[in-house]
Amino acid sequence: MHSDTVLSVQDINKHFGPIRAVNGVSFEVQKGEILGLIGPNGSGKSTLFNCILGQLTPTSGGVQINGKSVAGAQAHELSKLGIGRTFQQLSVFPEMTVIENIIMAGQEHKGTMLTRLFGKSDAGLTGEAEEMIRFFRLEHLRDEKAGSLSYGQQKLLDAAMAFMAGPEIVLLDEPAGGVNLTMLQYLKERLITYNREHGTTFVVIEHNMEFVMSLCTRIIVLAEGQIIAEGSPDEIRSNQQVIDAYLGG
Amino acid sequence: MTALRLLFLVAFGLALFIAPLGQGNYIIYVLCSWLIFSISAMGLNLTLGYAGQISLAQAAFMGIGAYITALLTMAGVHWIVAVFCSIGASFVIGLVLGYPALRVQHHFLAFVTLAFTTLVFLVLRNEDWLTGGSLGLVGIPRPVFGPFDTMKQLPFYYFTVVCFLITAGVMAWMLHSPWGRAFKALRENPIRANSLGLNTTRMTLLAFAIGSAMGGLAGALQAPLVQFIEPGSFTLILSLKILLMVIVGGSGYFFGPILGAGLVVLLPEMLRFTDGYYLIIYALLVLVVMIFSPHGLIGLGQKLLSSFKPREERGDLKQGAQL
Repeated sequence: MHSDTVLSVQDINKHFGPIRAVNGVSFEVQKGEILGLIGPNGSGKSTLFNCILGQLTPTSGGVQINGKSVAGAQAHELSKLGIGRTFQQLSVFPEMTVIENIIMAGQEHKGTMLTRLFGKSDAGLTGEAEEMIRFFRLEHLRDEKAGSLSYGQQKLLDAAMAFMAGPEIVLLDEPAGGVNLTMLQYLKERLITYNREHGTTFVVIEHNMEFVMSLCTRIIVLAEGQIIAEGSPDEIRSNQQVIDAYLGG
Repeated sequence: MTALRLLFLVAFGLALFIAPLGQGNYIIYVLCSWLIFSISAMGLNLTLGYAGQISLAQAAFMGIGAYITALLTMAGVHWIVAVFCSIGASFVIGLVLGYPALRVQHHFLAFVTLAFTTLVFLVLRNEDWLTGGSLGLVGIPRPVFGPFDTMKQLPFYYFTVVCFLITAGVMAWMLHSPWGRAFKALRENPIRANSLGLNTTRMTLLAFAIGSAMGGLAGALQAPLVQFIEPGSFTLILSLKILLMVIVGGSGYFFGPILGAGLVVLLPEMLRFTDGYYLIIYALLVLVVMIFSPHGLIGLGQKLLSSFKPREERGDLKQGAQL
């Protein structure tokens, strides 16, 4: 394993009865890398994502974060280990304001349960939350309820929440899904800036080829639960096997 | 806190102290009941309104609190000690019940807690060596604090007001802390909350146990108020009544259960002049509130207030929500 490896996926298999949703997938992600995970529907991307995030138990194989096995770890434990995530579907707290959503995203990483009960109501996070709001240019929506935001604004908020606890790795599940072009450019620019400023590692599942090719530094292509290609965006674009299986003529 | 809210709180506090003046014993008794049920409903509101879990065990926890307080005070233990025993026991039983029960959620949890309420009723009725069985316990003493004796109805009312204000204060403080935000997050999106580092199992269990403890406290006040308790007072009907208080008042709102308890406890009394029709009118009123405002009385009030407020259109929405 490379010394800069933050995420190591080792020979993951996930079978649902006779269906082999993920079949012996192994890869490593280096610190600061933006890795894209692409493939046609049913190729096993989401199953693999859920195995990494502990929401599905792999039939065999393992996942290591910074060299430490996270087998059987629950979502909140993974969060404490420095893994953030966004969701394919909108996933904010609709009745809370934007700033409350962002504070909520960070508060569980501050102190213990008891100190949170007796501590400040904002867990001392208002300053950091304001900064995150500024970074994603959501200032004008600071006190609006998250449920009243447009789809794209909620996607931005979702990303801001994933970054609030300062994770080492963020797994983004179809961040471009349903987002208009203007917002998409903006989201991409923010993700790249965040990656450069903080050295945070991203693993991105995405169907929008233009988005993923311009965002990622390396891409893995899955088909029928297996890796069929791996390389830079240019290499993937010209790979005949990928063109046949996914990109098309 | 806004000046308006502060003014409202002061007016509410003043009203609490003025309300029983010049009233007869029965009205004061009804006011005490309202405050006690408000405490119980605030507990259920934490479980249901904030953590999003439906429980039909609140009557059982009131029963546990009432019987522990009754047995201890009748044995000569001071009410202060008895109330802490009631709260502690309800909290621990809430944890023990909640740990396996919260593996199932929503209506499945309702059935598990319903079974628990029935179980507690059967224990209270059948273990007559301890609980007095169907005949219950009679002659529960009221607390005495030095020169302040709560034997008469008015002092007991003020004693209940103090207990209510302390409980409401503690509740408000807890909901204002990061715990309150975590409880809301649990209700709104538990999967997201979990992915942000919140141990959802532990937090839900905690909400359930704290809600149960507040049921125990309400029971510990109910026993000296009535001075007679029997198992039939703590059955499923009471759990449903407390649930009604939370939902009609406004589940997930701080003042919701207090208003709801007011409606459920005080309104039937106010409608007694209608003789045999009062239950029909009461049921119709509850139906009307629920149809026009699923968020309860608080939701109805907010709807009315917002209809008088001038609307400001958000700039970003005017521009077609590009960002």
